[in-house]
Amino acid sequence: MNFQIRCFYYGDIPDSNSGGDPINAGSEIPPLGGGGAAWPLWEVFIRSKQGLDHKHVGSLKAADAQMAIENARDVYTRRMEGVSIWVVESKYIHASNPDEAESLYDPANDKVYRHPTFYDLPDEVKHM
Amino acid sequence: MPVQDFEELFQYKIDQETKIEPKDWMPDAYRKTNIRQISQHAHSEIVGMLPEGNWISRAPSLKRKAILMAKVQDEAGHGLYLYCAAETLGMSREQMIDDLHSGKAKYSSIFNYPTLTWADMGAIGWLVDGAAILNQVMLCRTSYGPYARAMVRICKEESFHQRQGFESLLVLSKGTAEQKAMCQDAINRWWWPSLMMFGPKDSESTNSDQSMKWKIKRKTNDELRQQFVDMAVEQVKLLGMTLPDPHLKWNAERGHYDFGEIDWNEFWNVVKGNGPCNKQRLAARRKAHEEGKWVREAAAAHAEKRKKPHPDSYRDPKGGALAAA
Repeated sequence: MNFQIRCFYYGDIPDSNSGGDPINAGSEIPPLGGGGAAWPLWEVFIRSKQGLDHKHVGSLKAADAQMAIENARDVYTRRMEGVSIWVVESKYIHASNPDEAESLYDPANDKVYRHPTFYDLPDEVKHM
Repeated sequence: MPVQDFEELFQYKIDQETKIEPKDWMPDAYRKTNIRQISQHAHSEIVGMLPEGNWISRAPSLKRKAILMAKVQDEAGHGLYLYCAAETLGMSREQMIDDLHSGKAKYSSIFNYPTLTWADMGAIGWLVDGAAILNQVMLCRTSYGPYARAMVRICKEESFHQRQGFESLLVLSKGTAEQKAMCQDAINRWWWPSLMMFGPKDSESTNSDQSMKWKIKRKTNDELRQQFVDMAVEQVKLLGMTLPDPHLKWNAERGHYDFGEIDWNEFWNVVKGNGPCNKQRLAARRKAHEEGKWVREAAAAHAEKRKKPHPDSYRDPKGGALAAA
């Protein structure tokens, strides 16, 4: 086989400054693709211990929900990080738009009376 | 808003230490730099399993074998975290894998060195993982949110990798004369390649400036390398071994150890694909991918089949579902 690879560490070196020859144009390596089966992406939520919320920990690829749970067990709970796993296909997650953050969350700023510290009470009041 | 304002806002967020998230606006070059860096990092984790996988079946005891398997499994997980982080920037997993296998994508050149003896497992844990950890600890504070979060998880798991390596060398260093010699030999062979892991000197690294401004990187190659040398010089004393550099010397003025010049010819040669194991590593990756193809296809077919109603739980009045199955 007549090809060369260029190796870099952690993306430190830009493509144009590699000092290496680019891949030979005549390289006979065909693209492999996903191997004929691109699995969907899943989001993983882990409950770290009984009584706590499930928390998003990351994502992974799996053919179906059962495999997603098994893979999540292998990848995200190798060191007793969890006692329960939720998985949901990423395409079912709907997210708010970061550009609308201002209009969505700012109104909360001028309603300080929603916080307990807004109310001045005499020191004699106990247990409140 | 004109693009310039977007860029100003973006830089403002970076300066304020606000993390950038996948749906936020970002300059094209920021996206590309992150995709390149994260995917190279992911490839490094995946290819990094190969030199150690070499010794799983030949580990000297069941304990060491279990440790090595756990470490290699961690590395697969780290590759996965990082691939997922890169995917949030719009790069597909398939494309990344293809780029690795075609030789277009890069990975750390340290994994193109062979693992000749059992002591190499210890030296890799201590030196190679040690060098990687310095990089990774810095990257926990990188500006792109998904990358930073992946790094936090990786760092939590990585510290055992370095400790098991050092401990393994410690055992050898107290062993027979042959074991001691093997330990020293492994340190001799892995020391310089480990220093090369930090990349070219700051004066030669054109990517660093912009990456520092965008806080993708927080420390320069030379800063990290110096930090590594200072640590290793102290640690090697506990092993009763030496580092193969006659120029290592404490410099009171700088408050750091001076060290000899890295053989940059060797570095660029390995980078260019002429390292001892470049072709072997890629061939192994491609073989694994090709031989796993039927598993991926079977799992997908199985998932597809299970989506269809099960004959026992569903009965079409006309028998249609059963007939179709």
